[in-house]
Amino acid sequence: MPDSLVTESKTRGTSMVVDDRENGLFRVNRKAFLDDEVLAMERDRIFSRCWLFLGHASELPNPNDFVTRNVGGKEIIFNRDRKGEFHAFLNTCPHRGAMVERQEAGNSLGFRCFYHGWAFNNNGSYATRHQPGTYPENFNHDGCANLVPVKLEQYRDFYFINYDNGANSLDSYLADAKLVLDIIDQHGPNGMEVAGGAQKYSIRSNWKLLMENSYDGYHAMDTHETYFKYLADAIGGPAELPKVTNVMNLKNGHAAIEGDAPWGRPVAKWIPAWGEKAKTEVDEIKREVIGRVGVEQANRICQLGRNTGIFPNLVINDIMAITVRTFYPVEPGLMNVTAWALGVKGESRDFRKRRLDNFLEFLGPGGFATPDDVEALESAYRGYAAHQLAPWNDISRGLSRGAGEPFRADDEEQMRCFWREWDRRMGGE
Amino acid sequence: MADQKQVAGAKVEQPLPRAVYEDFLFEEAAMLDEWRLEEWLALFTEESVYEVPRAGAPDTADSAQDLFYIADNYFRLGHRVKRLLDKAAHAEWPRSVQSHLISNVRVRGSDEKGVHVTCRFITHRAKNDVIDIYAGHHNYIFRTIGGKLRILSKRSFLASNSLRDQGKVTIIL
Repeated sequence: MPDSLVTESKTRGTSMVVDDRENGLFRVNRKAFLDDEVLAMERDRIFSRCWLFLGHASELPNPNDFVTRNVGGKEIIFNRDRKGEFHAFLNTCPHRGAMVERQEAGNSLGFRCFYHGWAFNNNGSYATRHQPGTYPENFNHDGCANLVPVKLEQYRDFYFINYDNGANSLDSYLADAKLVLDIIDQHGPNGMEVAGGAQKYSIRSNWKLLMENSYDGYHAMDTHETYFKYLADAIGGPAELPKVTNVMNLKNGHAAIEGDAPWGRPVAKWIPAWGEKAKTEVDEIKREVIGRVGVEQANRICQLGRNTGIFPNLVINDIMAITVRTFYPVEPGLMNVTAWALGVKGESRDFRKRRLDNFLEFLGPGGFATPDDVEALESAYRGYAAHQLAPWNDISRGLSRGAGEPFRADDEEQMRCFWREWDRRMGGE
Repeated sequence: MADQKQVAGAKVEQPLPRAVYEDFLFEEAAMLDEWRLEEWLALFTEESVYEVPRAGAPDTADSAQDLFYIADNYFRLGHRVKRLLDKAAHAEWPRSVQSHLISNVRVRGSDEKGVHVTCRFITHRAKNDVIDIYAGHHNYIFRTIGGKLRILSKRSFLASNSLRDQGKVTIIL
C-alpha cells in the first residue's frame, strides 16, 4: 500500500482529511475520489473488513430459496438450506471457478457448476460422485471441495457479510445504527418485506459522494427544486423542509438525520391528496402502531423520517417511502447502485401502490429527484479533474457551532461522521 | 391474442389499419426528438398511464406490486413534462439530444380497454459526451376520442437486465 497517504504532521488518519475543529474547518482532498491507489486501499481496508449489506430475510421466505448478487465486488449466493438455515457462499466453483448458480433467484436443493458438473448441497457441502481412483480417498477431508462460506450475521431482518473472518460481531459494528433498523422493523406488526424487486443502475462518479448525498440536508431545495414544485401541487400547499431536525452520530461512521417533512408517509402520515378513504386507513394504521410501540416511538415511525448512512456503503432512507440502497465502486469514477423498496408485510394493494408511487416520484433512475442528484455527483466528478489547482472539498458546515448547540440536518456533521471513520480505517489504525 | 381480444359488443373499438398507428407513432417519436413535450402530453387523456417497469420485467408487470422506474398517472405525467421543460431539471439541462426509432409495429387486437398496439424501439440519448441506448418494446392501448387517436396506456419494456449502462431514465422513451 502507498504510504504517501500517511502524513508526518498527523499522528492518525490520512493526509486526505483535515478535521480542524479549533478553526471550524473540515476538508476532504479530491484525490480521495480520483486515485486508483485510494480505491485499492479502500478495497483492502474498508470493503474487505467492514460488514456489508447482503440482503433482507423477506427475499428468502422458504427453505431452499436463493438469490445471487455482487457484494463488495464478489459474486455471492445468499440462500436457505433444506432446514431453513440462512447461508452466504462465494459463487465460484472450488474446482475451476465458474459460478455455480447463474440465475438471480430461485428455489433449489443444491447448486451445480455447468463447467465440469461439480455439485453441492445447499448447505455448501460437496456432493459429486466420481469413479473410484479419480481423486484420493480422503478428498475433501479439509473441505477444499465445498463451497466457500462467508461470515454472515443478521440484525432484525437485515443480513450482512464480512470478508474478514476475524471481524468483530455485527452487533458491535452496527452500534447505535441498530435503533434505525429497530424503527424500520416496527413499521408493521409482522415486520417488513422487499417490495417488488431491485433497481440496478450506475453513476459515473465516486461511491463516497453518494453516501454524502444520501443524507445531505443542505442540497434539497436547490438540487430538487422541481420535486418540491411537484410536491406543493400534490399536497395542495407549500412544501417546506422542517425547521427542527435531529442529527444522530450512530458511531463507527454511521449517522442519520431526522425530521418532519411535507410529504405523506405510507406509515402513517396522511396527506389530503390521498383522499378520505385513505385517511381512515392511515388513522387505523397509526392507532395500531401507537398501541404496539407507544406514542413517542409511534411519532418517530409515523410522522418523522430519517436518512441513514451505515458505514461504508449502506443507505436506509425512511422518507416518503423506504429505500435500502447499496453501492460499490467499479472504478474510482464509476459505481454500481442497487436499490430496494421496503414495505409493511401484509399491507393492502392500495397502500402498496401508494408506497411504490411515493418511492418513484422522488427516488430511483426515473424519479423526480435521484437523477438530479446523479447529475450533481457526475458533474462534481468532472470538476475534480482540476484537483491539482482546486484540491479541497469543504464539509465544514455547522462545525463551528457553539458547545451544546445541536447540529442540524442542513449542517454536514453526518458526513463528517463518515469521513472520520474513513480516515481512521484508511490511516491504518 | 389478436382474435381473443376481439370481444363482441358495441363498446369494443375496431382496430384501424396498421399504417394509421405507424404514422401516429412516427409523429409521437418526432415530438419527443424535438422536445415538443406539451404537444406530446396532449396525446394522453386524464385516465392515461405512462409506465417504465424495471429492465427485463415481463409484460404482466404490475406497478401496484413491482418496483418500476416510472409509473405515472396523468397528474404525475403532467409534472414530468413540466419538469423536463424546466431548467431546474438538472439531469436534462442543458437538454439531451435524442433519437427515437420505432419499428415492428403490430396491431394486436382490441377489447373494452381499447386497441392494443405493440412496437419495438431504440432510443438514443446523448448528453455530456455520453450516449445512452435504450432498446425494447412499447405496449400501447389506443382509443379514438372525438375523432382523434389518444394514448390510454403506454408501457415501455427495456430489453436489458439492468440500467447499469445508462444509469437513468430521465427522458420519455
